[in-house]
Parts: sequence; C-alpha cells; structure tokens
Amino acid sequence: MTHPPAATNPAPKVRVVTLKIDDHDVGARETDSILEIAQANGIRIPSLCYLDGLSTWGACRLCMVEIEGFSKPVSACSTTATEGMKITTNSARLKRYRRMILELLFAERNHVCSVCVSNGHCELQDLAAECGMDHVRVPYRNATYTIDSSHDLFRVDHNRCVVCTRCVRVCDEIEGAHTWDVMGRGVNCQVITDLNQPWGDSQSCTSCGKCVQVCPTGALVKKGTAAGEMEKHDDFVPYLAQMRKRQ
Amino acid sequence: MNLEDLADITEAVAAAAESRRHCVRVCMAASCQSCGSGEVLEGLQTQAKQNADDGVCIKPVGCMGLCSAGPLVSVDSDQPATALLYQDVTVDDTEDLYHSLGDQPVERLRCRTDVPFFARQQKVVLENSGIIDPEQIDDYIAAGGYRSLMRAVTEMSREEVLREVKESGLRGRGGGGYPAGLKWATVAMAPEPHKYVICNADEGDPGAFMDRAVLESDPHRVLEGMALAGYAVGAEHAYIYIRAEYPLAVERLKTAIKQATKKGLLGRRICETALSFEVEVRLGAGAFVCGEETALMASIEGRRGQPRPRPPYPAEEGLWKCPTLINNVETLANIPAIVGKGGAWFKSIGTENSTGTKVFALAGRIANSGLIEVPMGIPLREIVHEIGGGIPDGRRFKAVQTGGPSGGCLPEQFLDMPVEYDTLRSAGSIMGSGGMIVMDETSSMVDVARYFMEFCMDESCGKCVPCRAGTVQLYGLLDKIADGEATPSDLELLEELCDVVQATSLCGLGQTAPNPVLSTLRYFRHEYEEKLRPESERMPRMQIVTLDD
Repeated sequence: MTHPPAATNPAPKVRVVTLKIDDHDVGARETDSILEIAQANGIRIPSLCYLDGLSTWGACRLCMVEIEGFSKPVSACSTTATEGMKITTNSARLKRYRRMILELLFAERNHVCSVCVSNGHCELQDLAAECGMDHVRVPYRNATYTIDSSHDLFRVDHNRCVVCTRCVRVCDEIEGAHTWDVMGRGVNCQVITDLNQPWGDSQSCTSCGKCVQVCPTGALVKKGTAAGEMEKHDDFVPYLAQMRKRQ
Repeated sequence: MNLEDLADITEAVAAAAESRRHCVRVCMAASCQSCGSGEVLEGLQTQAKQNADDGVCIKPVGCMGLCSAGPLVSVDSDQPATALLYQDVTVDDTEDLYHSLGDQPVERLRCRTDVPFFARQQKVVLENSGIIDPEQIDDYIAAGGYRSLMRAVTEMSREEVLREVKESGLRGRGGGGYPAGLKWATVAMAPEPHKYVICNADEGDPGAFMDRAVLESDPHRVLEGMALAGYAVGAEHAYIYIRAEYPLAVERLKTAIKQATKKGLLGRRICETALSFEVEVRLGAGAFVCGEETALMASIEGRRGQPRPRPPYPAEEGLWKCPTLINNVETLANIPAIVGKGGAWFKSIGTENSTGTKVFALAGRIANSGLIEVPMGIPLREIVHEIGGGIPDGRRFKAVQTGGPSGGCLPEQFLDMPVEYDTLRSAGSIMGSGGMIVMDETSSMVDVARYFMEFCMDESCGKCVPCRAGTVQLYGLLDKIADGEATPSDLELLEELCDVVQATSLCGLGQTAPNPVLSTLRYFRHEYEEKLRPESERMPRMQIVTLDD
C-alpha cells in the first residue's frame, strides 16, 4: 500500500476572519481576497481580468467594491479580508462605475458582436448585459488594429482585445512558455507574441491553446470557427494550477 | 575615513581658499549650461591662464536659483544673496568681468541681490547649491558634509537616528506628504534581513526641475541622506532611480558615488565601521509612471514599468519582495541637516503639520523663473508676487498650477493661503513634488486642462482600463470643448468620466489625472461654458435651393 508523501513543511497557520458582504455574514481565511470569498459564498462581483489559477492583475477595475471606512472603492481581487470588514458590492455608485468602464472598453476597440466568432460565449458581452450597458455614450475611437492569422491553429484579432493579459499570464505561469507579452503604453498597448513577430513564426509557442481558452472575448480564437461558434473552456486553468501546487 | 580626516580636508580647502584673492563661481547646472555657461567658464579660465594669475579661482558650481537670468556668475562670497552677482553673462563679457575683480563691478551685468527673490528664501536642501563644486567631494566635506553620517554610524544608535527623523515631522517631498519617520520606522521594524533603500529621482512633471537641480548641484547630500536612511532602517543596498533625460545629473551622481566610495564613505565598511552601504544608479527609460513606487520597483527589477495594487506597501514587500524604503530626492536631501542639527531644529521651520522648507520650481508667466526654497506656510502671494517678481508685461495674474499633472489650478482668491500639504489639498490641488506654473490672463484654462490630460494620456502605462481608455476619452472631450464643438452633454460626460477615472484607476497617475480638469472646472467653469456654443449655432440651417434662383 502506498502512502502520500509526508509534507516536509507544514502549511503556515492562517487565521480565520468573519466579515460582512452585502449584509451576509461570511467566514474566510485572512489570506483570501474579497473576490474569492464572494465567489465561495455565491455573491457575484463582475470581473474581467481575474481568473482563478492565474496571478492577480487588478487591472479591469470592474470588481471594485466599497468597504466601510475606506474613502475610495478598492478592487476585490487584490484586497484581502480583515476581521469585521463591511463590504458593499453593488451600490448605485459602483454600478455607475462598472457601466462606464464597460463603455470605455467597448469604445476603445471594435466589439461588434454580430460578426464575432465568440458571440454568445463572450465574457465582455455577458458583462455588458449584466451591468445594463445597452449603449455607449463616449465616442468610438474607430482605431484599426491588425489580425494575425499566421498560426496554424489559432488567430489573434487585436480589434477584440481588452488587454486583460490573461493570455500573457497563462502562457507564462501555467504553460511556462512566455510567448505573450505586452508592448507599447497607454491606449497603444497591445499583446504581442515573442518580440512582436507573427504568431506563426514564434519559436517559443507550444501551440497548447491555453491562451485561446482563457481569452474572455473573440480576440484569441480557433481557426475555422464562424460567428458564434467559438466556445471557450477557461475552467481547466484552476484545475491545472491546483494540480501543480500539489506536486 | 573618520571625523579627523573630515576636519583635515575642511582645513585644507579653507587654506586653499584663503591663499586666493578672488573666487569666481559659474553656474554649471543644466539650465545655465543650456544658455552658454560652459563657454563663460572656459572664457574665464582662459583669462586666468592668459593673466598667469593664480590668485583667482574659477569654480564651476550648481544652481544659483534665478534660472531666467542665466548664465549666472557670482564673485567673492559663499552666499549668492550677499555675493556680487552677474546675470546674462556671455563669453564676450568674460574679459571685462575678469579685469573688474577687486575693482569696480561691471554695472551692465549686475544682478540685484537685495530683492525678495534672494532675501525671502530660506535654504536647507539648497544650502550648498551654487556655492560648492558638485564634482568635488572635498568641497562638500568642507561645507560640513558627511559629518552627520559619520556621527550617526559611530555615535548614534539606529533608534536615535529614527527618533530625529520622526521628531522633525518631515513629510515626503515627492508629493504624497506621508510622514517620513513613520515610513522609516515601518521598514526598520520589518524582520527580514535584506532591505533596500531607493531614491526616487524619476522627476517627470512638466515644469518641475527641483530634483534635477539638487542632484546636479549637491549630489553628495543625497548620497549622505541615503546612507543615513540605510543605517536607520538596516539596509545595505540602495538604488537611485533617475531618468535618462537628466544626463548631467546622472554623470555627477556617478562621479559622486565613485568619490565617496574611494574615501570609504560609501561601499564596504563605511566610516571605518563594520557597516556597508552600496549605491547603484538605475536609469529610467522615460516613463512618467515609473515615478510611481510600485512601477519604479518593477522597472528596477527589469520588468515592464507597471504599477501593482497596494497593499502590500513597499515598506512591507518591495524590491524583490524585500522591505524597501522609497524616498524622493528632496526628502533624502533634508536628512543630513535633520540628523546634524536635530529634528527639533527642523520642526521649528515651517508650520505645525508641514515642517521644514520646500523647494519649488517657478515657471510659466512669471518674471523670475527658477528654483526657490522657502519655509512651509509661506503665502502663495509672496511666492508669486514677491519672490517670483509678479507677472511680466503688465498682465494680470490668473492662476497657479501646483503639483504638476496630478495637481490643480488655484485662482487669485487662494493667493493668501499658506502653502502647506493640507491647505493645498483642501483647495483642490496638491503640493506634488513642487512644480509651480504661473498663468496670466491670456491663458485658456480649457487649454491648460487639455495639455495636462494629453500628458497623462501619453504617459498612462495602459494596465488598467479607466486610465488607459478613460484618459484618451477625456482628452477627446477636452479637445472637442476647446475647439468649440461640444454640447452641454459633453461637459456632463466629462465630469462623470473624471469621477470614474479618479475613483477606479489603479495607481496615482490615473487617480490624479482628472485633477487639472476638476480644479479648472471648479474655479473657471465659465470658460468651459463659453466654449459650448448655443444649439442654434451648432446646427447650420438647411438652405433650400430652387431651380429658379
């Protein structure tokens, strides 16, 4: 009979704290982020750049929540719980902020759902529906971005990219290839493969497709999919991450 | 190197100074160099050579403050306020200037030193600026330099150094105004064996040049401050993160580090003790966001200069996950004086909640643009109208922008307000790192807001959505308003967007980017409204053209 190997380092002791999220009393480990606690307790906080299993990025700012005693809202994904915290996840102000952030994203690049292969399976689209963003008040920038179809299996359409860097992180942290990175600054930011070479020419890409699966929009897709056909499975990333931690 | 060695150097420098009849100091800081002070220095040196006179010392020095009158040359005094000062000197003037030494001064070049610009200032950080040669460590030592460090590491405990800094009430001069003593104590308390000190010299605000001037004029002072910080918090390694656009400051800093290391004041076993303190220079590649502490650390680590959410704060988890003390150039430059003269002395300057002095870079529509150091709490009016000499060309004062792109524009009604961290904040602006841009009645406040928004848009790192996609929309709206093509709903949208960008951005750049818009809207709303044309003018009437016409 085989036994699991004995742990050489016992896990560090973590304190348990109790706090309130939207008037629900919840218990959590003090190392957990507010977003994780909310998810574990069935409380929905919108988010885009966060993905269980990847490092916290804190960039989409959709998961902003209000904490009693804090002058400004904080991002739920990057803030850990403390004893007695009182958190509001859905105030009128937060709803307004989320809506505006989504409007900014929709105006930044081209997100025409009807001709997108991810139509119906898109996190950005779902968030817009969830947050009641039915029209965009800021002017569309109408900037034209390139599409790179040089890879045998996949395609990147920068017009659909929201620069959440999930692809960058999954490639670096889970696959270990670090094919993806970000180039430029401000509104000229763009995800790139290797040193901004065509994806098909990439020496580091293992064609594992993790980046495609974790992409929340139609920016990274499988070739040969028509409008509405691209379904993604980002649920295997937490599983992979957990398996690695156990090794 | 010990205290006696320092005294010997001081004596030697004093003896050399006494043996000379005259000392001519030429400003060799960046602004005077840009208008030809290098040639003036060479011209004077040629004169000295031709006259074979070794009784005259021609000395390159740092910034004398009145940059708008450069190149500046001072004669025979180690205080610019009492020296014979010459302004707008050219290479053709050097002969007259040289021959006038000890005789009647050259009247046509004289710069008055009895004016408020010189008289009202109180110098702590800039006490050696314009007096010592920044490339000679002996000059700094003769001016009392490295004594505080020497005393601290040989006679004082770490706690005593910390106590002085705490007692001084010094607040971070980079803009945040966080109590320096508290920050130091947090790092000092961290149990980890490896800690770092970082000097943030990534000054990039439009119109600001305080840190550049301090580094160019007195680099050893900053190094001494860093070494004291290292001793107090228990760090043996330090970085100076400085922007590559400051080549002269970089060069002088590198020279200073070499000299101090050679003398045993930096490096291993400093001041004949078992302590080490090594300083490295890291060049920034020209990104404003790298002045933000978490982005700065990412850049030093060799990663993309992007901020990360705080907490954890650098004091807890900073460079390479070690506790890190990050202070601005001016904050660190205050430390040798605080440790040397005591925290209580420093606290006696300025006001209760903002102690000490502050260096400001005066720029824009003002008679005397340049570098000034004044006690905290001085009214804005004194800075603008007395020290700054008021608005040129008989125009009227309109506003002063403090705190760079993160700050705000303050109108005339705030001129009598004392300049302090908290008063500025309550008026909708900030101290920032100390840039002050004065505007007269010809300035359009919408254009000013648009200019700063363009800066923030260009400098956004692009990580978080509100800053990346929000600043570009804000700029677009301001552009539309400035061009007279906007509607009242655009103004509403502008205000809503400002709120979102301010409240939800990840780092200070985005959080403060709307400040110039909000402060100009608060005090100059009518200028925005003037730009919104009435609806009847917006929609050109349709013209009916018939065939009969």
